[in-house]
Amino acid sequence: MKVWQCVVCGFIYNEVAGMPEEGIKPGTRWADIPADWACPDCGVAKADFEMIEV
Amino acid sequence: MKPIVILGSGLAGYSVIRELRKLDRDIPVTLVTRDTGDYYSKPMLSNALAQGKDAAGLVLTRAADMAAQLGIRMLVETEVRAIDRTNRTLDTTSGALEYDRLVIALGADPIRIPVQGDAAGAVMSVNDIADYGRFRDLLGNKGRIAIMGGGLIGCEFANDLAAAGHAVSVIDPGPWPIASLMPEQAGRQLLAPLAALGVDWRFGTSVSRVDRAASGYLLTLADGAQLQADLVLSAVGLRPRITLAQAAGLKVNRGIAVEAYLRSSDPAIFALGDCAEIEGRVLPFVLPIMHAARALAKTLAGEETRAVFPAMPVVVKTPAHPIAVLPVARDAVGDWQTLAAGDGVKMAFFDKLDRLTGFTLSGEFAGERNEMSKRVHAPQPA
Repeated sequence: MKVWQCVVCGFIYNEVAGMPEEGIKPGTRWADIPADWACPDCGVAKADFEMIEV
Repeated sequence: MKPIVILGSGLAGYSVIRELRKLDRDIPVTLVTRDTGDYYSKPMLSNALAQGKDAAGLVLTRAADMAAQLGIRMLVETEVRAIDRTNRTLDTTSGALEYDRLVIALGADPIRIPVQGDAAGAVMSVNDIADYGRFRDLLGNKGRIAIMGGGLIGCEFANDLAAAGHAVSVIDPGPWPIASLMPEQAGRQLLAPLAALGVDWRFGTSVSRVDRAASGYLLTLADGAQLQADLVLSAVGLRPRITLAQAAGLKVNRGIAVEAYLRSSDPAIFALGDCAEIEGRVLPFVLPIMHAARALAKTLAGEETRAVFPAMPVVVKTPAHPIAVLPVARDAVGDWQTLAAGDGVKMAFFDKLDRLTGFTLSGEFAGERNEMSKRVHAPQPA
């Protein structure tokens, strides 16, 4: 399980936690999130996220 | 080999380099910035207080790490005085610098509305991370904050400051919040949720005077009302930084004039972000920057690529009542229709051919941004 961060707004996606409020179940891997998904904070595309170390 | 030189270390400058490095690791790139070059997220400036973040806490990547990761040379705390287009050389406070191609990504300055009074100079703007640091230091535990401007940034700051426990007044000559982007019924959705946090709304008036008072400042409004504040924040909009380009003889209008390939009137000079006017339009906020950066990176790497802008909804970070809006042009012909209402509204703009060309989603509907974007008619022309 990894943690990803939006390079534009700093929003963090944690694969362990998922985003139940956006319909993404806990444990959902980044690779399994649809390509048209966008950052809930600033709206940038999935492609603009970067993985960060935790 | 002369480098591609990028002016500005904001989202626009760094996004071009990041995208270029996905295509080409070797082409020499030099970044010139008057700031420290630390990478941070500008949208967070109006959302950081309630999260308890200081300026250092907003830095995502330090300048030296950015330079190493991206394989670029960096000239920080360096001002560019002039562009010598004939010799493709910059005159900077760190010496002369030759360029092969130049990318201007200098951003925009806060617009300041003239006010009278002996404390007019104390009015602050927060437009970069250094401003944010000063603002947070001055803020301390001061109670009363007056915000000039009830647009997107003013409302985000109002929400952030109120959530952090400050008493906030918002003064705006317009008729409702974020009136430049949203129709009345949607804009009014913000009134009650922010008032519940303690925000005091003052629409239809503006600040005429800011004077020192025994404690803090006394503001006099155009309608004669007076209010006390410990700190005055101005958030009335941005003006593209064009002076450097203008002095170099580049074509400028409101912003630096560029065509769909982001090329200015000099074929070796490009511009994007808040300083640019792309085919006649200044495109604010973050999404246009990402699209422009991707296209420009390809062009710089040798594959001429037009910037194409899809529907680009703007997310308003007001957690008390979240909003996503796809604005329509001021002169657009058509009607706003309410598709649903509840704890918030879902509105769509239909043009005269009954095509959906804009929307506003607030409250419980804000999460439907992606679905609504898919219903938008055709990509918007750049």
